[in-house]
Amino acid sequence: MIELHNVTKLYPNGTKGLNHIDLSIYEGEFVVIVGLSGAGKSTLLRSINRLHDISEGDILINGQSITKAHGKQLRLIRRSIGMIFQSFNLVKRSSVLRNVLAGRVGYHSTLRTWIGRFPERDMHLAFEALNRVNIAEKAYSRADELSGGQQQRVAIARVLAQEATIILADEPVASLDPLTTKQVMDDLKKINQELGITTIVNLHDVDLARQYATRIIGLRAGEVVFDGPVAEATDERFAEIYGRPIEEAELMGAKRE
Amino acid sequence: MNRKAAATIQPKPPRRLKHYLTGAIVVLLLWGSSVQTEATIGELVEGFPNMFDLLKEMFPPKWTYFDNIVGAMLETIRMAIVGTTVGALMAIPIALLCASNLNKSPWLRHSVRLILNLIRTVPDLLLAAIFVAIVGIGPLPGTLALSVFSFGLIAKLTYEALEAIDRGPLEAMTSVGANGVQRILFAVVPQIQAHFMSFALYTFEINVRAAAVLGLVGAGGIGHYYEITLGFLEYDKTSVIIVFTLAIVLLIDYASTKLREKLL
Repeated sequence: MIELHNVTKLYPNGTKGLNHIDLSIYEGEFVVIVGLSGAGKSTLLRSINRLHDISEGDILINGQSITKAHGKQLRLIRRSIGMIFQSFNLVKRSSVLRNVLAGRVGYHSTLRTWIGRFPERDMHLAFEALNRVNIAEKAYSRADELSGGQQQRVAIARVLAQEATIILADEPVASLDPLTTKQVMDDLKKINQELGITTIVNLHDVDLARQYATRIIGLRAGEVVFDGPVAEATDERFAEIYGRPIEEAELMGAKRE
Repeated sequence: MNRKAAATIQPKPPRRLKHYLTGAIVVLLLWGSSVQTEATIGELVEGFPNMFDLLKEMFPPKWTYFDNIVGAMLETIRMAIVGTTVGALMAIPIALLCASNLNKSPWLRHSVRLILNLIRTVPDLLLAAIFVAIVGIGPLPGTLALSVFSFGLIAKLTYEALEAIDRGPLEAMTSVGANGVQRILFAVVPQIQAHFMSFALYTFEINVRAAAVLGLVGAGGIGHYYEITLGFLEYDKTSVIIVFTLAIVLLIDYASTKLREKLL
């Protein structure tokens, strides 16, 4: 369970990235966060695993405050939260397998990583993850030999190998074509349902959000302006939320991204 | 009508005075330098026949001298290999400290960079002379000089390459809960290792050439034989050394260039 209490993020230039956000996300949910660019979607997601520090408030991951954690404790919480990025963030020159095994390093000592030998169980987990996203035959290819969709699936496999209980996906399909978009979103959905992993995805496409989410959260200018099940996320509601002329605050936010 | 008038407006081209002034300053500097160093074309023409005398004395090369210098040439190459390797290994931690995307402390970063820049201002021949004074004559001071020289060059090239790496994988490694060393091993090393090997090979090329003259200050290698043969005016022997050095340097340059092409 993820709890955000009164979370505010202030950027050094004075822009409010997030404004007093209160949210609870329960185990097994498939939450899609929608909003225009600059609405604070990415800031919100990156606050959850503390790739961004928040200015005010507290974020609890399964009851543990990630805001107050540091050192080893912070790394252990991060280990339980997998992240998928718009630009995949694979090491292009490394093999697919090594990229997936990178998800395991949080479980090992520095010395063990240095030697570079992963235990049998890790190899098993890595191949299991690659099979789940149907890309096991590419295990020994270099990551940059794969297409964009395949690379994103490798990134998903990395998160699976990590044995994360939460997956954060920051615009995972923004740089993919419609067909690959479907494959990647299907993979995420399948993982959510079969493994019960809590999944939070940022999307700017409301239609896509309605297709996959169990719950939709709408952000505008760093504030939650919609939070409810897909059935309530009707076109009328969204027209009401986003149809009006863009406000100044949103433009200021847009400059940042 | 108005529009037509607007279309014919032609702004004056910028003045070219700046270019002429730059040209004048360059000519002045060149002339001034040649006067101060007493380098004149007349003297070059006068000395021209001497050059031919020297070349004449160099031919035919005394090929039998070859046997005497093989050992020294191998020593030169060995010095370059050891020097480059030691320098490259020392460069790794320093390059990591200098890269602004990996070392967040500006104070530490800038002080390490300053020391690195100071080291790189010392010419390798001077380094060799200093080490000869410290540890005495032989291949050891030469190797030490090459180590320091390689260290400066490789550290500089590597930290610049480090600052250009894709930071996405670093972010991903943070998100999987990796610690500092693990982040470097998994996100930085694979991105930089080919570049690093290429820099080390390039430095090795330079070092073989540099090692060939270090002997002039008593720091071992083939350079010692240049001094001996030139000192005794045995130019036919000098030419053998020159040809041999040329062959070795070309061979190593060629091999290294091919290897670097394969790496990147």
